[in-house]
Amino acid sequence: MNLNATLFFQLVVFVMLGLFTMKFVWPPIEKALDERAKKIADGLAAADKAKSDLALAEKRAVEELRKARESAGDVRASAERNASQLVEDARAEAANVVAQARQAAEAEADAAAQRAKDELRDQVAMLAIAGAEKILRREINPQAHAELLANLKQELR
Amino acid sequence: MTSEHAVNAPTPSENIVHHLTHLNNIGEKQSSIVDWSVVNYDTLFFSVALGLFTVFLLWLGARKATSGIPGRFQGCVEILVEMVANQAKGVIHSPESRRFVAPLALTVFLWIFFMNAMDLLPVDLLPRLWQTAMNDHHAYLRVVPTADLSATLGMSIGVLLLCFFYNIKIKGAAGWVHELFTAPFGSHPVLWPVNLLMQIIEFAAKTISHGMRLFGNMYAGELVFMLIALMGGAWTVSTMGVTLAVVHVLAGLAWAIFHILIITLQAFIFMMLTLVYIGQAHEGH
Repeated sequence: MNLNATLFFQLVVFVMLGLFTMKFVWPPIEKALDERAKKIADGLAAADKAKSDLALAEKRAVEELRKARESAGDVRASAERNASQLVEDARAEAANVVAQARQAAEAEADAAAQRAKDELRDQVAMLAIAGAEKILRREINPQAHAELLANLKQELR
Repeated sequence: MTSEHAVNAPTPSENIVHHLTHLNNIGEKQSSIVDWSVVNYDTLFFSVALGLFTVFLLWLGARKATSGIPGRFQGCVEILVEMVANQAKGVIHSPESRRFVAPLALTVFLWIFFMNAMDLLPVDLLPRLWQTAMNDHHAYLRVVPTADLSATLGMSIGVLLLCFFYNIKIKGAAGWVHELFTAPFGSHPVLWPVNLLMQIIEFAAKTISHGMRLFGNMYAGELVFMLIALMGGAWTVSTMGVTLAVVHVLAGLAWAIFHILIITLQAFIFMMLTLVYIGQAHEGH
């Protein structure tokens, strides 16, 4: 256990080593640590933001889906309405056409019946006249008896 | 038959004294306790070499420091830096002072750790190599710089000077002188000499205990290693001799493992006290 001048040299070395570390070792390490801490903090913040963005996007997607479903329902309802309208219209038109056709057929049938009646009446008149001629064995003058014939015809109506 | 060897062989106490003698500029053991004309070359060589090794390691870690993914070595240096930076933050509240004191504490921690670790080398290894290299069987060499009181007191006096520096820097020369005379007992003029005496004792006690603690631990550790080595050195082909050798191995192993704790702990304590003393210089009494 001795003291000697080694002490002063050791003191100088002590301070010089400290200065070296202060100048060349500490700042780059400190800088790297601080930068990494900042990077990590930024990364965590970005992750948080991404998470909240994702939640927001999911909420928006659900909302959009709900809207789409609603509007699809509307479209379907209106399509159904249109379709039933179309069916209704077609049915009405068909009924119309049938009614017209029936009317026309009836009119035609009436006309045909009328014609047949008229024809029948003429023939009956002729037949009557022919019968009467035969009965009377004489010829009736159509001009002289036109009025009579017309009256007969009228009565047969 | 054994006479010549026995005559030339040193006694155990001679051996230990030889081991505890420094390689210095006078070539023999320093006679007085304090002699400022003597320089221990071995202490200076090993402390400077290990100091350069320390800052080189730190510089290697700092050279390619990246804020991205660190390598293992960079991570290791970062752990040390972070540890010292946190300790410094807890003790020294001025960021301006920390810019020098924290790196100093880091360097001191590693440097003292490496100097203490020289204790773990076999006690005879480097001295014997040195004696062979010098071709002189009496060449002196001590390899643990922290087992030299001059070295540890040199460092603790460095801390003392830093305390003075920061006292003046933070409080101003007048403020510090005022504190020296008025703290800790009070500002009454009668108390001035008592206060000053108290302050001087405080600084002296801090500095001496700071240096002595490290020195004492390392010196004692070194001495125990030498005593253990004596057992192995005395081994012969006999029951007693083999027992000695076995005990040497076991005791050396146990003490070396325990010493790993001591060298780390002492380096850490020296670093912490450096921070605490300089931190105290920042605070008023």
